[in-house]
Amino acid sequence: MPDTPDNPHMPEIPGFVETATLVVPRPEEGAKDRTMVLNMGPQHPSTHGVLRVVLEIDGETVVRVVPDIGYLHTGIEKTCEAKFWQQVVPLTDRIDYLCPMTNNLCYCLAVEKLLQIEIPERAQWMRVLLNELTRLNSHLVWLGTHAMDIGALTVFLYTFREREEILRIFEHVSGQRMMTSYFRIGGLALEPPLDFFDRVQALIRVLPERIDEYENLLTGNPIFINRLKGVGYLSADDAIALGVTGPPLRASGVDWDLRRDMPYSSYDKFQFQVPVSNRGDVWARYVLRLQEMRESVKICQQALDGMPAGPIKADAPKVVLPDREKMKTQMEALIYHFKIVTEGFQVPAGEVYQAVESPRGEMGYYAVSDGTAKPYRVHMRNPSFATLQALETMCVGRLIADVVAVIGSIDIVLGEIDR
Amino acid sequence: MPEALLNKDAVFEGLAQNVAIQALRAERPEAVTNAKYDRGELTLVIAADQVRAACRTLRQAGYNFLEDVTCVDWFPVEPRFQVTYHILSHKLKERVRLHVMVESIDPSVDSITSVWPSANYYEREVWDLFGVRFHGHPGLRRIMLPEEWEGHPLRKDYPVEGYR
Repeated sequence: MPDTPDNPHMPEIPGFVETATLVVPRPEEGAKDRTMVLNMGPQHPSTHGVLRVVLEIDGETVVRVVPDIGYLHTGIEKTCEAKFWQQVVPLTDRIDYLCPMTNNLCYCLAVEKLLQIEIPERAQWMRVLLNELTRLNSHLVWLGTHAMDIGALTVFLYTFREREEILRIFEHVSGQRMMTSYFRIGGLALEPPLDFFDRVQALIRVLPERIDEYENLLTGNPIFINRLKGVGYLSADDAIALGVTGPPLRASGVDWDLRRDMPYSSYDKFQFQVPVSNRGDVWARYVLRLQEMRESVKICQQALDGMPAGPIKADAPKVVLPDREKMKTQMEALIYHFKIVTEGFQVPAGEVYQAVESPRGEMGYYAVSDGTAKPYRVHMRNPSFATLQALETMCVGRLIADVVAVIGSIDIVLGEIDR
Repeated sequence: MPEALLNKDAVFEGLAQNVAIQALRAERPEAVTNAKYDRGELTLVIAADQVRAACRTLRQAGYNFLEDVTCVDWFPVEPRFQVTYHILSHKLKERVRLHVMVESIDPSVDSITSVWPSANYYEREVWDLFGVRFHGHPGLRRIMLPEEWEGHPLRKDYPVEGYR
């Protein structure tokens, strides 16, 4: 697999030496009082929500890491079983506040696969465009908070400036800043507003230089480099064995991206690179996510340039709500509208698993239908949940301060873990 | 690709080139009790006592990544619990789904944490929300709910408004 070089623009820093990996002897049998247990979280600013990590430490060195999760468990999977198929879409937003569109997309694709309906090209391209904006949004928040964990407070203000514009675009297109619910089973909720594409174009025109700006703040910063390089190493075999996906997996040298390798929603029509690194440390994940942002900008540009015309909803009157005008002028449309809203629509019995590449890794929806208007079972496979298992492997033998860097680098969202 | 194949013989005939089927037929012919190919997805029903061996065989055949372990409750049908595994091959770019059917009295199945350590959290989640035990799991504790919680909420007979 190709090793992506670190940032070629990075200046040589005089006097900078890469820190060697710490090797700490484990305490011997019977020497239990050497270690103490430290509770990190659930109310700790660097745990990104309500993650509780129980650390067993020997001095400053971490001996054992036990994540304790479930503080945000709301039983979304159970709630889904009581809703109509189309009523689950707004629930999927609430799983992950940083990538609502990706959750919407994954759920809609799963149900569309169950129903075996074709989605018009324009809707598919819009989905790709909005998903890449979501990825940029998520990575911007990750970059700001990760840098803040390390101690670089300024970057947060810069990244949130661009993130605010993305949220405004989301509000413009869907009416909501964060809980968008813009995708529907069978297409999109609405035709995008007239100046939507201009606003996206204005944003992605400035984004590459803004990403340069973040890099100027961080990539050459000796403190930042010292805190990140060589920290939280994860080998490719460990990453696969522990279920790690997304940027941490690619930073460990596994060349796997669902957008390219198992394309969905016409991602196969886009040209983009999948950055891979062999370093496997926190630094590699940082560099890789920045490269991913640049690739996302390219995908957005391709989506804007080649956006096909045509309908935004599938031709499936029993599943897709009719347009307002049709509903007010045609009897059949009114009946379908009434039936879908009051009774839902029936989905043929069966089961599907649909996976998409979310900003954090592989997000999968497993939907089981028994032929009725409500899902028999909806299960979400969330990337953060699996990636958290690798925390111990990455942290043991390192300092407590490195745990903060590692948690930041795997980019967890607790709502997604606990569901 | 065939449209839909709904039983074992049809799948074995129609997808004879599939790596997962070839490996399991060659090494564990007794493991697969049924099979289905629907909507482009392959499902193999595995005998409950063979799941660990079947997973090991699949892993050797190139299905290197365990994506997910979950469960479906078919109450009141017996066998009631359908433990579902999704296994991905990075090399073949293919996915295979395994089903293991588990009876409702003392539901339990072999843990596959010795094959894929990532099954740890997934199996804890299934235990927590469905009450299916996994033999040989290194620490089968509740993961989402508090330790003292009663019942397993994703079971279909769980009272959604609480016990009265």
